[in-house]
Amino acid sequence: MSQFYLTALQLALCLSPMAMGIFITMKVFNIPDITTDGSYTLGASLTAVLLTHHWPALATLPVCMLAGSLAGVCTGLIHTKLRIDALLAGILVMTGLYSVNLIVMGRSNIPLINIPVLFSYFSFFTDDVYNQLVVSLLLVILLIFLLNYLLRTDFGIAMRATGNNPFMTKALGINNDSTKIVGLAIANAFTGLSGYLVSQYQGFADISMGIGIVITGLGSVLIADVLRKWLSPGGIGTQIILVVAGSFLFQLALAFTLAVGIDPNLLKLVTAIFVLLIVALPAASKQLVRN
Amino acid sequence: METISLNHIRKVFNQGKANEITALEEVSLQIGKGEFVVVIGANGSGKTTLLNIIGGSEMPTEGSVHINGADVTQTPDYQRSQWVARVFQNPNYGTAPDLTILDNFRLAAIRTRAKKLTIGINAAFRKTVRARIETLGMGLENKIDQPIGSLSGGQRQALTLLMSVMDSTDILLLDEPTAALDPRSALVVLNLADKLNREYKITTMLITHNLKDAQQFGTRLIQFHEGRILRDLTGESKRKFQLADMYDWF
Repeated sequence: MSQFYLTALQLALCLSPMAMGIFITMKVFNIPDITTDGSYTLGASLTAVLLTHHWPALATLPVCMLAGSLAGVCTGLIHTKLRIDALLAGILVMTGLYSVNLIVMGRSNIPLINIPVLFSYFSFFTDDVYNQLVVSLLLVILLIFLLNYLLRTDFGIAMRATGNNPFMTKALGINNDSTKIVGLAIANAFTGLSGYLVSQYQGFADISMGIGIVITGLGSVLIADVLRKWLSPGGIGTQIILVVAGSFLFQLALAFTLAVGIDPNLLKLVTAIFVLLIVALPAASKQLVRN
Repeated sequence: METISLNHIRKVFNQGKANEITALEEVSLQIGKGEFVVVIGANGSGKTTLLNIIGGSEMPTEGSVHINGADVTQTPDYQRSQWVARVFQNPNYGTAPDLTILDNFRLAAIRTRAKKLTIGINAAFRKTVRARIETLGMGLENKIDQPIGSLSGGQRQALTLLMSVMDSTDILLLDEPTAALDPRSALVVLNLADKLNREYKITTMLITHNLKDAQQFGTRLIQFHEGRILRDLTGESKRKFQLADMYDWF
């Protein structure tokens, strides 16, 4: 039983960067960025290709983040310069990335058997499982500090304001287009990092691993929102930590459904219903209060 | 050198189409430093379009716009922020609701500068913001870590106005800033605008439908009619006009 929960924690840590990326795009755009499905797989496919060509895992990390950021820039340019809806721009880039990923991998799946991955560089524990957890946790903590710092800078505040009130930002000397493109670049760099981590954790990269992953990120961010309303509304640092907590609770819920024996084929349906419940919770509780 | 110089401005919307409309026919206007210009006129007479052309959210079809001698006719709004601060009719437009009062003021304080990857909010800045907000007398200085969206429209408008002088400002554009406010809040906002105009010598343009405010505030009164300036009164001649006279203008 506990195996499920350790797996949940590990997966949650690997997917936290992606959840943080969704958090950024929801602050910048107020919508979840569908590019995620593509940039996640891009991170994974690049990782698999480079590692099987004997690149060191540490060198592969910045490449995956850079690739993710380029995908985000594409979405940003399509949205701001061609005036196409941000959601549609994300879908277009995600669709294009499907082919890009197939070309990068040369096939639909690359296994990472007997390949030294990021986790094997460190030996905090002899047990692989705990070693992976610690490495992932340290990386996520580093990212939390980085993102917290970024969103507190003058540029970070400008980015948050762009999504919140574009009228105001135009009148305050902020180029909304540039801000959105940079925000998308950063968000998808984070997502690419998640692809990098998950492919090394699960031992393979697969062309379909990104399908629907944006919902996981969205669910994590929404859980974080609910938590924020229960606890006191904290500053931006607290919000980021809650996103990681949301990622964990999300994976926990999925692990629970598997533990009670639900058919793994139903996992995506369970995911969708779970996210639906989280979204419906605030509205439903208002209805109950009224009645 | 005038602060604002508009020469032969013409603005046509939807040119060539069935819904073509000429918002400004022929407007030439010179406004000096520190003037407080009140703009009145019937709906559709071109007042908001004029402010948008000065602020850069619209470009004129013909004519030129100069600010402090520089040709800004084709400069977009986010670049004109160097000189121009705006308060909008909708109290929700001037501030970002999910950001704290402090964050909003930080953005206002760097309006004319690049938004860098450094943390700008420190103890000294907090102190400055608290001191400035205290002058409003609304008790808001104790709430600077609250999201600004939790405040009322009048409070947000007053804060938007205060934010406009957090950085160096040459021109303050107020487009019916009190339209959505109750009489008391409206008076606070207008008195504040008046005070800022005098203290900081900021060239101010105020659009209003309230003729009482038009008479009470400002050093110059301009009436727009069908895309042109009908009346332009300064100083003594502005003060002479009675409220009853102004109603006859419409």
